[in-house]
Amino acid sequence: MQTAVKIEEYLQEVEESLGNEFQRKALDTFAVAYRTGRANAFTGMDVKGLIEEIAQAKDDGIRRMDELYQQFKQKAESMGVHVHLATTAEEANRIIARIAKDNDCKKVIKAKSMTAEETHLNNHLEAEGLKVVESDLGEWIIQMRGEGPSHMVMPAIHLSRYQVADLFAGVTKKEQNPDIQKLVKVARRELRKEYVEADMGISGSNFAVVETGTIGLVTNEGNARLATTLPRVHVALVGLEKLTPTLHDALRILRALPRNATGQQITSYVTWITGPNECKGAPDDKKVMHVVFLDNGRKKLAKDKDFAQILRCIRCGACANVCPVYRLVGGHKYGHVYIGAIGLIMTYFFHGKDKAKFLVQNCVNCGACKEVCAAGIDLPRLIKEIHAMIQDEDGHPAQSKLMGMVLKNRTLFHTLLKNMRWAQKPFAEREGQYIRHLPTVFMKEKDQDFRKLPTIADKAFRDEWKSIKPEVRNPTLRVALFSGCVQDFVYPEQMKAAVKIIASTGTVELDYPMKQSCCGLPVNMMGEKQAAVEVARQNVQAIDPSKFDYIMTMCASCASHLKHSYPKLLENDADLAPKVAQFADKVIDFSSFIHDVLQISSMKFNRSGKRIGYHAPCHLCRGLEVREAPREAINMAHDYVPTSEEEVCCGFGGSYSMKFPAISKTLLAKKMANLEAGDIAAVATDCPGCVMQIRGGMKAAGKDIEVKHVAELLAERLR
Amino acid sequence: MSVSQEKIELFTKKAEAVSAVVKRIGKLDEAYAYAVDVCLNKDACQLLLSGCENAISDEASDLCVAKAADKVMAAPKLADEQYAKLAKAAEKAGVKLIADGLRGHLAGIDIGFAVADLGLAETGSLVLDSSSEDLRLSTMISEINVVVLPLSKLRATSYEAEAELLPMMQKAPNYLAFITGASRTADIERVLAIGVHGPLELHILLWEDE
Repeated sequence: MQTAVKIEEYLQEVEESLGNEFQRKALDTFAVAYRTGRANAFTGMDVKGLIEEIAQAKDDGIRRMDELYQQFKQKAESMGVHVHLATTAEEANRIIARIAKDNDCKKVIKAKSMTAEETHLNNHLEAEGLKVVESDLGEWIIQMRGEGPSHMVMPAIHLSRYQVADLFAGVTKKEQNPDIQKLVKVARRELRKEYVEADMGISGSNFAVVETGTIGLVTNEGNARLATTLPRVHVALVGLEKLTPTLHDALRILRALPRNATGQQITSYVTWITGPNECKGAPDDKKVMHVVFLDNGRKKLAKDKDFAQILRCIRCGACANVCPVYRLVGGHKYGHVYIGAIGLIMTYFFHGKDKAKFLVQNCVNCGACKEVCAAGIDLPRLIKEIHAMIQDEDGHPAQSKLMGMVLKNRTLFHTLLKNMRWAQKPFAEREGQYIRHLPTVFMKEKDQDFRKLPTIADKAFRDEWKSIKPEVRNPTLRVALFSGCVQDFVYPEQMKAAVKIIASTGTVELDYPMKQSCCGLPVNMMGEKQAAVEVARQNVQAIDPSKFDYIMTMCASCASHLKHSYPKLLENDADLAPKVAQFADKVIDFSSFIHDVLQISSMKFNRSGKRIGYHAPCHLCRGLEVREAPREAINMAHDYVPTSEEEVCCGFGGSYSMKFPAISKTLLAKKMANLEAGDIAAVATDCPGCVMQIRGGMKAAGKDIEVKHVAELLAERLR
Repeated sequence: MSVSQEKIELFTKKAEAVSAVVKRIGKLDEAYAYAVDVCLNKDACQLLLSGCENAISDEASDLCVAKAADKVMAAPKLADEQYAKLAKAAEKAGVKLIADGLRGHLAGIDIGFAVADLGLAETGSLVLDSSSEDLRLSTMISEINVVVLPLSKLRATSYEAEAELLPMMQKAPNYLAFITGASRTADIERVLAIGVHGPLELHILLWEDE
């Protein structure tokens, strides 16, 4: 649970979790196994189509939430089920406590429910004098530890068998062998007793099927079957977003849920309960059944144009499974009650700004969660939106406000960058283009020494453009270059390499529109949405898309931001909207441009025979779904050698690496270890930020593996 | 309607992948013999790895003692004629067969015997209308769950079975179960463990009923 009051405290907590070796290893192993497991589970299925269908069906249900609730209520009540609607978490807890009292229940057996975690139901019931026992093994374990779940599907993934054995020794008053199979059997036996004694069973619900008034439960252990069968009273606590019009809708989600959660084709048990069933433990042989629907902000969310989509979430936990930050720090520091990417967002809506304000900053924006989401939720964007909203409410930190102001004024920004070249002179290393030590005004130096940072180039790309612009007599294509700030001011050689390769075809007229500015992603990352909108507008005005066939950029982050974020950022600008669509449509990355559009031949290059590894920038492989082109491009001039986890983030994330250096450092260390294991001479990538991070890391660690942009590695072998 | 070989093979493959034992039978009589045989060849409930032999609390082990010493098989909701045949086979082997009162056996029974309503090949799942509490319990508290799936009831996917599932769910009250493999968990260190709350084994008998 997130309890920090100051960002420094949160950073401290994060560092402590980084030191939890057991958790790190467990999550690492899982992350790697999950990737294969999920792929196998979906073999032969149209995953994208399924995700699209789920998103549409959920959106339809969300729009009709009130109507569906009324229909469900009518249907279920006609069968004798008591249906309630709780406006707040507190009210839901009160309703459930009252049901217990009215039915003279003393002991409760619970099947796993994230919604009950959301309302802190156990605390409430216990305060009312009830005994509550969790029956899901993982939940039982964390209940005994007084903790919340650290994963939505595997709540106790952070604990070792030894910790579990210690807990069980406490329950059984017997010494326990830390053998997992034995521990599970001990739990089976101890919990069987609890089912027998319970008067009331509480479950969550994965589906509330309107056409039949049915509650659907998805479990592996079978605890939900026992908890809804043995006690004489059953209460299901259900978020309103679980309402689904038809059985078909539920079956469709069921196709994705276990596959996306753990790589299972289906869970051991799927239970569909329609009406109060036979219960021989009840006086009249019939179960007393209550369904408590929880609003807690859901109705309001359902009407929000942007955020309604978070109600699509089917609680598979996949966004955590693939998140590189979660993998390092675990769910207790990467969520409040709900964890992972969706948890960062839900925390804000269900548990408030104070619980969410640091969490939302801890997103490296790698896009892995968005790609894996079973309901197609645009998680990274929504996390940034909330970050911006919180800053609008709480006031913007001086640093990000300043950054926003500077970026909005292109000439000021560029002048500052050029002046930095002089300002940094005293800090620059004599040899090479690295800063020796950092001016402390920017960051804590000791936190950043895991990588060497580059100096500003002597001459910006924009200042050289006039002299290097290729002459093309009969162009077949007209292309605008978008450099982004890093390639413009720090690595102009990357731009020059690209120009050299494209010019070699003699068919492309290149232009570098001078009024282009920073793409705006950095300020967007810092929660300065207004500045991001302003910069986006300037760029669309600076590069008239009607004059070009393509707008090419060699920075993956810029490309993805220009293509996908601009239309969203400028959606309220009616005048610019058609132009923005055209602009976004024409954005292309370097590798796709030379490989797919120009179809440059390998004959143009002298093969080097050098072994080259590849790092796939998040914003290229997931942001633009460009995967083959860069690898094939490298292979035209060198030997591309696959390495492990090529698509996992290097930890740069722009200003992220400044704010969360400990995480950035750890991600980088993993990245470098994976690359080194490939026995390669150089690493190619297609984002200057990734170059900065990995090259800086290699340099700081004294490794002699070169790190270059794909364009540079190609240009050096051009015949 | 004859069931395609492909569908049967897919069902078998998927069910076996989640540790179910799958066998083909020609006549229902073979199922009775099979269930009795499995019951005879297993250890009595207390000796199986259901927990009683571990370091459990005194209260939990009291529940174990409450279980009758002889072997118990439950077959609720079986047609009278079928039940009579199974009872005969069980009696001959010295196994106690019961049809109801499963709440008296919450510490566990040896074998639960049932006939499935549908099968889903795509995931190797059985569909059982478990509106009877005794049937629900016998498929949960048995250590070995033996379920007959008539091949005429095998469907390719849950979508294909939808038209048959819906009427079952519409007939209130109803308690419908999809069962796939044995009860399982991976909650401790993600290590797969079978039988955390429910059966330790699932045996599926594919019955060529047509």
